Amino acid sequence: MDKVLEVSQLSKVYGKGCASCFELTGPEHNTNICPQCGSIIAAHNVSFDLYKGEILGIMGESGSGKSTAVKCLNFDQPPTSGHVTFYDNDKQYDLFAMNAAQQRQLANKRFGMVYQNPHLGLNFDISAGGNIAERLLMSEVKNYAEIRSRASNLLTRTEVLTERMDELPKNFSGGMQQRVQIAKALATNPPLLFLDEVTTGLDLSVQAAILDLILEIQQEQQTSMIVVTHDLGVIRLLAGRTLVMKYGRVIESGLTDQILEDPQHAYTQRLVASAL
Amino acid sequence: MENSGRIVMNINDKPILRVEGYSKYFELHEQHKVIPSSDDVSLEVFPGKLTALIGPTGAGKSTVLKGIYRTYLPNSGRLLFRTKEDIEIDLAQVDEHQILELRKTEIGFVTQFLHSLPRQSTEDIVAQPLIKRGMDKTQARDLAREMLSAMNLPEALWGISPATFSGGEKQRVNLARGLVSRPRLLLLDEPTASLDPKTTEKIITLIENLKADGVAMLAIFHHPELVERMADNVVQLEPPIRIQKTLKEIA
Repeated sequence: MDKVLEVSQLSKVYGKGCASCFELTGPEHNTNICPQCGSIIAAHNVSFDLYKGEILGIMGESGSGKSTAVKCLNFDQPPTSGHVTFYDNDKQYDLFAMNAAQQRQLANKRFGMVYQNPHLGLNFDISAGGNIAERLLMSEVKNYAEIRSRASNLLTRTEVLTERMDELPKNFSGGMQQRVQIAKALATNPPLLFLDEVTTGLDLSVQAAILDLILEIQQEQQTSMIVVTHDLGVIRLLAGRTLVMKYGRVIESGLTDQILEDPQHAYTQRLVASAL
Repeated sequence: MENSGRIVMNINDKPILRVEGYSKYFELHEQHKVIPSSDDVSLEVFPGKLTALIGPTGAGKSTVLKGIYRTYLPNSGRLLFRTKEDIEIDLAQVDEHQILELRKTEIGFVTQFLHSLPRQSTEDIVAQPLIKRGMDKTQARDLAREMLSAMNLPEALWGISPATFSGGEKQRVNLARGLVSRPRLLLLDEPTASLDPKTTEKIITLIENLKADGVAMLAIFHHPELVERMADNVVQLEPPIRIQKTLKEIA
């Protein structure tokens, strides 16, 4: 089994921080705001491994730090501290030792990110096909005909009518926008995909279709994925292993069926007991 | 643990699974309660043999199976599994990735209830473990159909979701999915509970065939006559609160 990602003690603090920040926050203090200096400890000491073809779930309520962790990995925001190694075939990258240009290039070619809000993942001023082309142009593909055919294949793959590829994303339904986002994320065949609440707020039938699509992609291409969600159903369906976060800390991790059937932490027990 | 007198066991046959002093309780933080479920259970399972777990409801039979599968985290004891590379590992301790790999390739679990997506066809559900192992989809579906036919499930049902199936039909789908991938160790939780006598006979034949192929099984049965017919070893469990020592052997 090949390791794809090794995350070690990732932390993100908003604010100036002080010596007591980590000591006075966390689940046992019921807060992620430092009482001394008012900084927000969005994530602290998050560590995990991700293997090839594996889907890891990160579960927790709003403000638990689950999105922050993934956004740091995708270079959307710089971490305060921590160390992450990305293994890409025979190459390996120390993510936070790279400069911004290198980071952008790596994320564009080898990572895919799908956000809950399609406005973050798509450029709404250009067409669906144009969004995919933009990503292909930034990597290696420059030929117009090839870009066009790749975009059309990707949209077919994610079940967006190719007749609509020249339309602006704002004309699409929410579910369709998510599909375009997924097509864009998949454009460069990335080995690593981040999915941040991708089905939240969509109709149940659309959710199901998108989750099925995600599973198909994982099976066909052995893509490694990190799925951030507060939805236990999504976790149950997609993730083999799960981390549970609260107030910026990982409070529990394990096999998904174990987390759901034999949760150890009081908070996880309450979360699982609240499932519909 | 001794095997029953009926079958002579090769002395070189090492157990594929040795459970030593397994205990499991549930600590419910909200209710401030500790619920004991299994207490000091020990047993062995051998290749090509079936060990039966018997005992009243609440004796922790399913808890033993779920502990071996790591759906439950044991509180104490060792769950020693001999891999196909002939290395003994403690299922309670090994890395989660290794458990996931073992579930894919070596350890199967047929639970009491079928959990499936309402939009998946029966044959796809049964083929799933084979596809996960990397088998070609067409071939996996062929094997799945073969198994469903061996279980007497009408062909008209293969293409639709089991959502509307009867209890017995669902159970057969669940069993077919567990048996089709021929794991080295198969955990069975009341595999014939809701089946009619004719179908039960079919299932018994399938289980006997797997045993003959060397598959090791640990199964929960309620009917004494099934235990009598199929088990090579019997392990009796009692509810953990009432008694000190839970393991008795009926050899």
